[in-house]
Amino acid sequence: MIELDIQKSLHSSSGEFALDVQLRIEPGEFVTLFGRSGAGKTTLLRCLAGLAEADSGSIVVDGETWFDSRKKVMLPAQQRRVGYMFQDYALFPNMSVRGNLEFALRKGASRSRVDELIEIMALGELQQRKPATLSGGQQQRVALARALAAEPRLLLLDEPFSALDLQTRLRLQDEVLRLQRHFGLTTVMVSHDVSEVYKLSRRVLVIEHGSVVSAGSPAEVFGAGQAGGKFSFAGEVLAIDAADVVFAVTLQVGNQIVRVIASADEVQHIKPGDRVMLLSKAFNPVLVVC
Amino acid sequence: MTYDWQPLLLTFKLAGITTLILCLIGIPFAWWLAQSRSRFKPVLETLVSMPLVLPPSVLGFYLLLAFSPQHWFGKFVDQAVGLKLAFSFEGLVLASVIFSFPFLVHPVQSGFQNLSPSLSEAAYTLGKSRWQTFLHVLLPNIKPQLLAGVVLSFAHTIGEFGVVLMIGGNLPGETKVASIAIFDEVESLNYDAANFYALVLFSVCFAILLSVYLMNKKLLARVG
Repeated sequence: MIELDIQKSLHSSSGEFALDVQLRIEPGEFVTLFGRSGAGKTTLLRCLAGLAEADSGSIVVDGETWFDSRKKVMLPAQQRRVGYMFQDYALFPNMSVRGNLEFALRKGASRSRVDELIEIMALGELQQRKPATLSGGQQQRVALARALAAEPRLLLLDEPFSALDLQTRLRLQDEVLRLQRHFGLTTVMVSHDVSEVYKLSRRVLVIEHGSVVSAGSPAEVFGAGQAGGKFSFAGEVLAIDAADVVFAVTLQVGNQIVRVIASADEVQHIKPGDRVMLLSKAFNPVLVVC
Repeated sequence: MTYDWQPLLLTFKLAGITTLILCLIGIPFAWWLAQSRSRFKPVLETLVSMPLVLPPSVLGFYLLLAFSPQHWFGKFVDQAVGLKLAFSFEGLVLASVIFSFPFLVHPVQSGFQNLSPSLSEAAYTLGKSRWQTFLHVLLPNIKPQLLAGVVLSFAHTIGEFGVVLMIGGNLPGETKVASIAIFDEVESLNYDAANFYALVLFSVCFAILLSVYLMNKKLLARVG
């Protein structure tokens, strides 16, 4: 269990503001920190990892104090045993894929863990390659495998899928979910992608200007939780085409591409690339067994 | 006619020792500069770069004053470790280290600065100490810049003339390096001997630089 209560003043392009977050995370939970860039999500993750120091407060993990400003405790990143996946993956360019994983092993750990991870992540054919020769999706898999190689107690993912194309993103989301369950790892992910949050996490914390403004299951938080006569889907706008007096909006929902009709009012505030919620009345659903 | 190899050997000995000392102190210093946010960093960077713009005679003049047994520094070194720095090989080494410092520090510092900070951070979260990170992650990833720094400082020490003349003089076997010997021979109109030293220096420097460029091409090709 993680109990976190920290304050830190942050400087951003929009001026100075305070990061002030209280948070409890149960063992094995998958929590997402959701919010716009510059809201303080990554700083929160870095404070957890020991890469940044909060101004005041405390972080206690499984009864062990990682940070306490009053007792002047700041456990260095080296001793926290967190698996941190960086936005740029931070693979060591001088080492092969296998080398990256072996470097991450803890002292005295068996090399068979590397073999196991290479197998699980299907990196067998890539293991002698250098990171620079890999595609974005492959690098991401190596980064994830490396973070797991050190047998972390906590997995921290900083926008793990942001640099990937759609197909790869969807495939790797499945992968992360599978591994997280396989190892039963408590995981905190930073994301600003609604569909990703829906798919991966049970609990989401929306962070704005340094504080948690809402928390709950993705359905509750994104306003589609009340059971009722509505379907709702989170999706991404791919294209908006004018068709006579209405507009045809092409959306990507999950791994499906759908086309819906929208009025001029509705498309006024959206543009391709935006995240939207697609709501539909449930009075005439067609159910097909599959 | 027999040629005197001594000045050439002395030159390479001086350059070799200087480069070795430079690596030991310059590489950690470059790392410190690359990641420091100290208020004194600009002052230190300026001091490091001074030898690039100062005439060698200015530096040589002040070093000569400092090295003299009357000066507190020269006196201190003499009494503490029994080294006479003025007009001695040890003094030349110290002067060359100071004079070639920017040639090692600049490329290495920019190498460190171009590495993504997340590389060290990744190593820290994997439980690696700063020293392990420095040795296994940072240094191997700035090989081309390290090579450039080492070769530039070596070659620059070989070519140094003004500072050596100011503080070393022209003592055979002690401070008479090849660049001084060339000047000496030309002054006594021994063009043949001067040509011998000059040609050897020219060929050696050409060979060193050429191999660096070839190696760098290979290193870069491997990375890309």
